[in-house]
Amino acid sequence: MQRPLLVLSAILSVGLLSACATRTPEQKAAGEIFDPYESTNRSVHSFNLVVDKVLFRPASKGYVTVVPEPIVESFNYFAENLTMPGMIVDSLLQGNLKQAGTAFSRFVINSTVGFAGLADPASDFKIPEVDTDFGETLHVWGFDEGPYVELPLYGPSTARDAVGVVVNLFTNPLDYTDPRPADNLGTYAQIVRRMGDRGRYSDTVDAMLYDSADSYAQLRSLYLQNRRFDLEGENTDLYISPDEISTEGF
Amino acid sequence: MTVNISRRHLIGTASAAAGLAMLPITASALNPTTARTMVDKLVAEINRVIDSGKSESAMYRDFERIFETYSDTSYIAAYALGVDGRRASSTQKRAFTDAFTGYISRKYGKRFREFIGGKLEVEDVRKVKNFLEVRTTAYLRGESPFEVAFHVSDRTGRELFFNIYIEGVNMLLTERTEIGSMLDARRGDIDAVIADLKRAG
Repeated sequence: MQRPLLVLSAILSVGLLSACATRTPEQKAAGEIFDPYESTNRSVHSFNLVVDKVLFRPASKGYVTVVPEPIVESFNYFAENLTMPGMIVDSLLQGNLKQAGTAFSRFVINSTVGFAGLADPASDFKIPEVDTDFGETLHVWGFDEGPYVELPLYGPSTARDAVGVVVNLFTNPLDYTDPRPADNLGTYAQIVRRMGDRGRYSDTVDAMLYDSADSYAQLRSLYLQNRRFDLEGENTDLYISPDEISTEGF
Repeated sequence: MTVNISRRHLIGTASAAAGLAMLPITASALNPTTARTMVDKLVAEINRVIDSGKSESAMYRDFERIFETYSDTSYIAAYALGVDGRRASSTQKRAFTDAFTGYISRKYGKRFREFIGGKLEVEDVRKVKNFLEVRTTAYLRGESPFEVAFHVSDRTGRELFFNIYIEGVNMLLTERTEIGSMLDARRGDIDAVIADLKRAG
C-alpha cells in the first residue's frame, strides 16, 4: 500500500524540518520555551478545547463508566501491543538494539500468551516497557526540538515531534503485512486507548484544561518539561536552586 | 550519566585537595540522613491521610498542615510569584504566602487522592548544586512505576523540601507559570490574585 503516501510524508517531513525556526544555543541551554507560532497555536488550542468539551471528554467519561475497568485496561494493553512492531523499527533506527529486542519480546509474548495483546504477561515477566517514537529517533539523530506546536486533535507537540507523528503513521510493519489485520486498526486502537486515559484521569486532565488560569500556557509548560525529560533525561543544570529568589517578607 | 558521575568525582577530588579549609562548610551543610528521614515521614503522613477515609475538606486541612510542616512555603510562594514579588508590599507578601499555601495543598491534595492504594518508596539521596535530591518511586494501581523527586534544602535552618519533580515536571516552574497567568488575567493585580487563590485549587 501507500507508496504515494510515503512519498507525501517524506516531503512533508523535510518541509516541516527545514521550516523549523531555531533557538539560540543560550536559549536551548536555559531550557526556555520557544513558541514563535503562539497565536496560531492558541487558535488550535481553543479548537481542541471545544472538541474535548463536546466530544472527547463526554465520550471518554461514558466509555470508562459503561465499560468495566479491567476491560478498559485490556483494550489499553491491546492498543499498546499493536504499537510494538513500530517501536522495534524506531529502536533500530535509533541504533538501540537492546530496546528493539525488548519490544520484540513484549510483542511475541503478549500476542501469544497474552491473548492477542489483551493482557500484559510481558510485564509480569519483568520485561521493561518500551515507549518510543519517530520524534525520539529524530532527537537521537541530532535534530533540535524546534518550535512548540499544538496540533489539531492531537495536542501539544514540537515541530520535530510533529514530523514524528506523521512519519509514525506509516512505520508500523503491521500495516504492510498481507493480509493486514484490519484497515487502520492501530489508529482506532490508539483512539480507544486515549479515551481510556482521558476517562481514567478525567479529574486531573479537567483540572489542567478547565481550572487553570491559562490552560494553553500550562499545557505547553507541562508537555515541554516532560518531553525533554523523556528524551534527554534529568538535566541537573536546569534544577532550580533554593536561593534563586529572595524570600524576604514571604 | 557517565559524564555526570565523573564530574562529580572530579569535584569531590578537587575539594578534597583544596584541604581542610573546605571542611567546616561541608560539615555544617545539609545532612542526607536528616533529609531522607524527613521525606520518609512526609510520605508516611501523606499515606496516612489518604488511607484515613476522612472527608475531602478534612483531608485538605491535613495536607495543608503537612505542607506547612515539611515544605519551605516562603520560598515556594516567593518563587511562584517571581519578579512580581518585587513590587508587592509586605502585607501582600504575607497574604500571598497564606493563600498560596492553602491553594497548593488543595491542588496537590486532589492529585494525592489518586494515590489511594499506591505507595511512594524512598530510593536514594544525592547532592545536587547546593541542595539534596531525595528520589522516590511511585507505585500506582494500573500504572508503571515512575520517579518522584523531592528537593530539600536547609535554607531555613531545617531540612525542608522546596520543589518536587515528577517525570521531569517540577512544581516551582509549573506554579510560576500558573500564578503568572493569573496575574496576566487580572492585569497584574496582586490583591485580586490573593483573593482568588483562597478559592482556587
